[in-house]
Amino acid sequence: MQPIDKQSDIIPSVTIVDAMISDSAGGSASNGTDENTCLQNIDFRQYLTAAEIKAIEHDVTIMGSREAAGIEALKVVQQHRGWISDHSLCAIAQCLEISSAQLEGVATFYNLIYRQPVGHYVIHLCDSISCHLCGYDDILHTIKQHLGIEYGQTTADGEFTLLSNACLGNCDKSPAMMINDHHYHSLTSSSVVAILNGLSQHVEPADDR
Amino acid sequence: MTDNSWLKSALTHALTKPLTHLVNLEKPLNFADYCDAGGYVGAAKALTTHSPQEVLTIVNDAKLKGRGGAGFPTAMKWSCVPSLQKNSVPGDSYLICNGDEMEPGTFKDRHLLEGVPHQLIEAMIIASYTIGANKAFIFLRGEYHLAAKRLQQAIDEAYQNNWLGSNIQGTNFNVDLHLHASAGRYICGEETALINALEGKRATPRAKPPFPQVSGLFGKPTVVNNVETLSNLPHILKHGSDWFKALSPDSDAGTKLYAACGQVKNPGVWELPMGVSIRELLYHHAGGMPDGVTLKGLLPGGASTDFLTAEHLDTPMDFDSIAKAGSRLGTGGLIVLGDQHCPVAMVLNLLQFFAQESCGWCTPCRDGTPWAVTLLTRIEQGQGSEDDLQQLQQLCDFMWLGKTHCALAPGAVEPLKSAMRYFKADFEQHLTLGCCPYKHPPNADESAILTAESVPTVTPEELAND
Repeated sequence: MQPIDKQSDIIPSVTIVDAMISDSAGGSASNGTDENTCLQNIDFRQYLTAAEIKAIEHDVTIMGSREAAGIEALKVVQQHRGWISDHSLCAIAQCLEISSAQLEGVATFYNLIYRQPVGHYVIHLCDSISCHLCGYDDILHTIKQHLGIEYGQTTADGEFTLLSNACLGNCDKSPAMMINDHHYHSLTSSSVVAILNGLSQHVEPADDR
Repeated sequence: MTDNSWLKSALTHALTKPLTHLVNLEKPLNFADYCDAGGYVGAAKALTTHSPQEVLTIVNDAKLKGRGGAGFPTAMKWSCVPSLQKNSVPGDSYLICNGDEMEPGTFKDRHLLEGVPHQLIEAMIIASYTIGANKAFIFLRGEYHLAAKRLQQAIDEAYQNNWLGSNIQGTNFNVDLHLHASAGRYICGEETALINALEGKRATPRAKPPFPQVSGLFGKPTVVNNVETLSNLPHILKHGSDWFKALSPDSDAGTKLYAACGQVKNPGVWELPMGVSIRELLYHHAGGMPDGVTLKGLLPGGASTDFLTAEHLDTPMDFDSIAKAGSRLGTGGLIVLGDQHCPVAMVLNLLQFFAQESCGWCTPCRDGTPWAVTLLTRIEQGQGSEDDLQQLQQLCDFMWLGKTHCALAPGAVEPLKSAMRYFKADFEQHLTLGCCPYKHPPNADESAILTAESVPTVTPEELAND
């Protein structure tokens, strides 16, 4: 029997150019180490920015343990770079003094850590029961048609990635989705198209709540 | 929105809707307004007039039960912390608020987190004081961005006003409160998995014993309480345990945040006396079924509870009554299924969720939940067999309590097993019709049914002869 693929593990092979993403997401612009550096040669002090290291060390202080800051560190770096590359993973592991294998186990476990490049806007469409009962199928169909992508894929221009999400907690206003940090609810086929059309690169979506 | 008329009207519900009377989802009360509305009085009372042992006694007398799903008595959970036992040496301990609300169909805690964040902080000060915790965490699900923003603002305000940090209000009690936003995984709601997540690990549940109250976060005594459970504390301290019990004289103590979603006219969250009937919740508060739709079944407390049907409408929504009816109160949120939606498709959706969110630690869950998805998919698509139904029944046994590492797989079994009992005819119709009767109504598409029923036994030649 086949395990269910996590959506975040089946991101596309065809639709995105790595260089474009690392550009648009900030990449590693502020330091001397680029993604071509051999993983073994990474020096986290060179690779991570001062702001990233500061935020990670803040969490280490709160938790009182370097290992315990792992999830927060992944989120911090993802916030700056859009996703967690192999290089980012190794740099964070080094910073936290844990093995990269251990951190990889953590990174791949959690739904909101992206181990592959994603678009500028990551659409998390709620696929849980209340949305399922209230029109999820139509919304999914509309998004797929409108953007020309399937779950786990990113549009060719690097704008949108489509992922599913377990219950977003908007069950009183189903169907719902989250785009980056913002929730949208009571979706209809027309409202979802209007929302997607209203978003363009580097303009943050407005929360409708 | 310190709109006086809103607040004035809100305060009239202080004694009947303690948890939600100050909820303002547009703009929650800031520190000063929360204090003006009677906030931090419960915490002040606890810290200045009671010993931790006395607070424990008050909460025990109030008969507060956990609102996260299991309904375990809160004071009993706390009393296992070594520092609260007689002749013990006080030691470091942690309080964690479980705000990882991720059970499908559950959105009650979001209401409190976004609508009245200071209430939770006040509650956590009381609980930390009682169990002797100097460090507390709010473990919030990663998708609740608005709640995170509002909680952090409230935490900052509480620090500025000496309700968090050192020597709180001159009482010599210290507690630091930190917000941790999860990276998203349902299993983090299981308290030992949550502790692993907070330690930066994969969120696999731990073996118990030892229970977290003895050895939890970083091996220290740790209490994990749900948002709604904790939010009762300021009010219990303020108004007393007798008042709390009197809120629901015929049932478990206190009020409860009930909710309804799915196929109802008016989905939402309501704070009601514990023990309201399913009928009142569904038809009075949630507005009943949409026009032209009849109730088929409902899950009374989130995705991991057994189906109930119309025959259970008069069951009180409290822990014991729902258990007697064959389900669990869980989180108290109804998920309502109408007669025009396929129950097999609904159960398939639920099982897909559990299969995706299984942590993979133990075999019955890791392999059983995806297997159930495979079987249910086959049945829903009209390609199932009697054998598949039997295998599903067996899986319900393989994944049941005692055979798994935690309650996730048994939680998946509850809706599955009960659906196969109550909606047996629907399952069987999928087999006999060779399609989903809800997508292909028998009368609307005779040819599909003819094909499905006839092909295996009747050849075109035989048909022609007829």
